[in-house]
Amino acid sequence: MSTLSERILGASAGEYVDRKVDRAFACDGTGLLALEAWKNMGAGHLAETTELSIFFDHIAPANNATTAALQRELRGFAKSSFMQFSDVGGGICHQLMSEGVVLPGEIVVGADSHSVTLGAFGAFATGVGATDMAAIWLTGETWFRVPESVGLHITGKFTGAAEAKDLALSYVGKLGTDGATYQALEFVGDGMKNLAMDDRLVLANLSVEAGAKAGLCYADETTVRYLKERGHDVVPQVPEPCAYVQDLDFDLSDIVPMVAIPHRVDTVKPVAQISGLPIDQVFVGTCTNGRYSDLERFARIVKGKNVAVRTIVVPASAEILAKTIRTGVLADIVEAGCTIGTPGCGPCLGYHQGVIGEGEVCLSTANRNFKNRMGVGGEIYLSSVATAAASALEGEITVPEVA
Amino acid sequence: MQGEGLAVCLPADIDTDLVIAGRYLRTKDRSIWAAHVFEDLDPTIAPRLKGSVIVAGKNFGCGSSREQATVALREAGVVAVIAPTFARIFFRNAINVGLPLIESDLKCSDGTKIAFNIRDGWVDAAGKRYSVRPLSPRMQEILAAGGLVEYWRAHP
Repeated sequence: MSTLSERILGASAGEYVDRKVDRAFACDGTGLLALEAWKNMGAGHLAETTELSIFFDHIAPANNATTAALQRELRGFAKSSFMQFSDVGGGICHQLMSEGVVLPGEIVVGADSHSVTLGAFGAFATGVGATDMAAIWLTGETWFRVPESVGLHITGKFTGAAEAKDLALSYVGKLGTDGATYQALEFVGDGMKNLAMDDRLVLANLSVEAGAKAGLCYADETTVRYLKERGHDVVPQVPEPCAYVQDLDFDLSDIVPMVAIPHRVDTVKPVAQISGLPIDQVFVGTCTNGRYSDLERFARIVKGKNVAVRTIVVPASAEILAKTIRTGVLADIVEAGCTIGTPGCGPCLGYHQGVIGEGEVCLSTANRNFKNRMGVGGEIYLSSVATAAASALEGEITVPEVA
Repeated sequence: MQGEGLAVCLPADIDTDLVIAGRYLRTKDRSIWAAHVFEDLDPTIAPRLKGSVIVAGKNFGCGSSREQATVALREAGVVAVIAPTFARIFFRNAINVGLPLIESDLKCSDGTKIAFNIRDGWVDAAGKRYSVRPLSPRMQEILAAGGLVEYWRAHP
């Protein structure tokens, strides 16, 4: 009886295996280093057995001439190869891979730590650095140590204003930033049927913040339906009884709006405990919470009102941006006084599009609040979309009202 | 793979943003990464790293997959990093760029002389020998080659 990671990797926890990688992707930052390493490896060919992609999302558009020149080199390489390439404004790598690309049972490797996001489809998805990516470009394979798994047993259904991000912050708070180092998380239980694909992507996304190598949800009817709408016929993965190294239980009806306070993702508190804290900026977006359902929920809360602090909204992909335009969600957001950034990572990693100044506080829907990440001397609080919307309207951290 | 150096002690949970901040990443000039390593943690650390062995608390290198964090340490002259546990991407990255990592729970203070032998699996610090969690055979091969680029150059 095996965990999903063991089934996909075809070996038992603790074993080292070499495996063909089904899909491998890099972004503008890691891609450049991977290109240099790949050239230095000397062979000059690319593995044709792996679907290879490069996505410009981290500093896109370029913030200055130096970045633009570096990106020109990588763009030229990507376009001259058979790799899939997504240029400025296409969106965040993890989001684009989730729009009907990654399928259950695949092995997916990204040169970005949040590549774990794609475990939401029942794939084994993990992050590596640039040189590992270069070796995958060369050989189409990499080595893995098959991880032990932590079982997160989900029951019930959200009540009140809580959403998937609040559950994600809750489990990172329980596990700690290294609670699952070298291990995988598996999200299982009756409550999973009450979580949409977008919710599962949030749960998987935060797994690396607990140190995990991967965060997996079993493909079920929700997964099948989501992928069917995007042109793929897949079958559900049936969980087998298996041994987890640790088990955590979460009843969704117990989850309340949470916030991670600076400078750690595992220092979490109920929003109610710090409500009233003044903020200078709200940021809604990223590979955690920049999806259509997030922007739609945000718009529903701010529609017809005015935000009290500068609020930057960055859709995670061009497809999401287009949909918000078609449905009127974008107009509601802009008319409430928010501004919109180019689809991509936005200011999450402190390069552009909304870095904060010394002494400023940003409430963000992203996944990292490390010291100085969004700007030297600034502080980052992490929350759900509903908390971000309610707080934007008040100019201070605010408990969201029940939807 | 063996070596020695003077300990520079750091706390637990050092993330890769603290090793090298995002604002220094958009360059291929490695000397910039080495010059600004640990700047947001303590700007006095960088000048002390040449010939050092970093002895850190658990979960060293958590967060971003940025390989520049490992290259910055190597270029700054760090001989090896010792910690009870490492974040896994940092672990792979370090081995891939030829920076030795040693999983061991070491007690020492700044300036303690550290000696290690990864193949034989030990670390000596302040007159005491500590055991080491062994690297996988593949990781030892990559490290012995000087990194993953050199490993693949030797295995075309």
